[in-house]
Amino acid sequence: MQNSLHSSFVKHGVLGLILLATAGVASAHRPWMLPTSTIVETKEAWVTIDGAVSEGLFDFDHMPLRMDGVTVTAPDGTTAAGPAAVTGKLRSSIDLPLPKEGTYRIALVSTNVMGSYKVGEDVKRFRGSEADFAKQLPAGAQDVRKTVTHQRIETFVTAHKTNDAALKPTNAGLEMVPLTHPNDLRANETMRVRFLLDGKPLPNLPFSLVPGGVRYRGVAGEIRLTTDAKGEASFKLPAANMYWMNAAYPPNPGKGPAPDNGPAESKRYAYTATLEALPE
Amino acid sequence: MKLSPSLALTLPLISGGAVAADLSVKFELPQLNVAEYHKPYVAMWIEKADGAVASTLAVLYDVKKKDNAGEKWVKDMRTWWRKAGRETTLPIDGVSGATRAAGTHTLSFGPAKTGIDKLPAGDYKLVIEAAREAGGRELVRVPFSLPAKGKVAATANGKEELGAVSINIQ
Repeated sequence: MQNSLHSSFVKHGVLGLILLATAGVASAHRPWMLPTSTIVETKEAWVTIDGAVSEGLFDFDHMPLRMDGVTVTAPDGTTAAGPAAVTGKLRSSIDLPLPKEGTYRIALVSTNVMGSYKVGEDVKRFRGSEADFAKQLPAGAQDVRKTVTHQRIETFVTAHKTNDAALKPTNAGLEMVPLTHPNDLRANETMRVRFLLDGKPLPNLPFSLVPGGVRYRGVAGEIRLTTDAKGEASFKLPAANMYWMNAAYPPNPGKGPAPDNGPAESKRYAYTATLEALPE
Repeated sequence: MKLSPSLALTLPLISGGAVAADLSVKFELPQLNVAEYHKPYVAMWIEKADGAVASTLAVLYDVKKKDNAGEKWVKDMRTWWRKAGRETTLPIDGVSGATRAAGTHTLSFGPAKTGIDKLPAGDYKLVIEAAREAGGRELVRVPFSLPAKGKVAATANGKEELGAVSINIQ
């Protein structure tokens, strides 16, 4: 009950922080969803997915990821709202049954606005959903500026055998299309991906992968890559681990709302996935 | 059906020609000093140059366990399971067999099982994978080339779950 009363307020606060976290390349706070297992082969298949915004990957060291808007795309390609999340102090969790054989895509997709406008001489700032921004904008507001950020945070889980129906792109925002099945990644085997922006291949896009367990290594071990002319990249992950994949478009947008002398409206996109590479 | 140690005898070399086709694999399961020891599950197969499985030779697990409960851990032989196991139905006639105790064992396979006499010329590997409940998992690959004109002998060594592995084709 308390959750639902506060959810709208908290959601905006958390999403705002996530935006700050992902928009700036140098920021250490990363949002992610971490499945307990990426391939489940038990008779009654379930997976628990933890969500957090953290400094260390994949440590619960900062704050939970608000998982209210999670959607689950089933192996038959249908997308539905995910189960209710339990939100703790440092992480949130959902328990997800996997009744169908095949691959599930768990995604948290959001569109958020950072904006400012002038009422007379007063400059007002806004952070929240696009609909709320339109609603709150008073008549006669001037110098309206807004930055709309479309963000996708996702992960993939397979019950028994992989399939591809859930991997089809939605053609909205920044997306990674796995050309190698995301639940069949092995250390030292070639993985291929394609990045799309609103359904179109995105060439020369920098993206990176960071292996989990930074706290035990002391070094981030970030792998920096760039898509080719076709928006694709192929690479090998050096060791078995959970990897945090991240890309942003435009690649270096800077922080905070658009500058006062900038365009009235700008768009940003952020993509994050948790991928597991297993040993051979 | 359990894998008979005398299988090689029941599948004599039919061709009688110069092409070597009988394969024997000698492998060591090390005696491990660990708190909880279970006999390892072992899979053995012939791998093509591209990593695909040409033929599965043996899958050793607890075949006698009630309600095929032993199959639960067969997937812990992750590499074999990924490349062949999940597409097959257990038990595999003449391939499934009981686990072995620590020590050195030899399994022999005729051409009907290995298909060696029908494989195109090229580089292959005999792969043996051992996985132990509450323990580790290890693969050992022994490379060899076909066609084997005359006798082939090759060896490789494991570090943890497997000891020396040697193969003979004649």
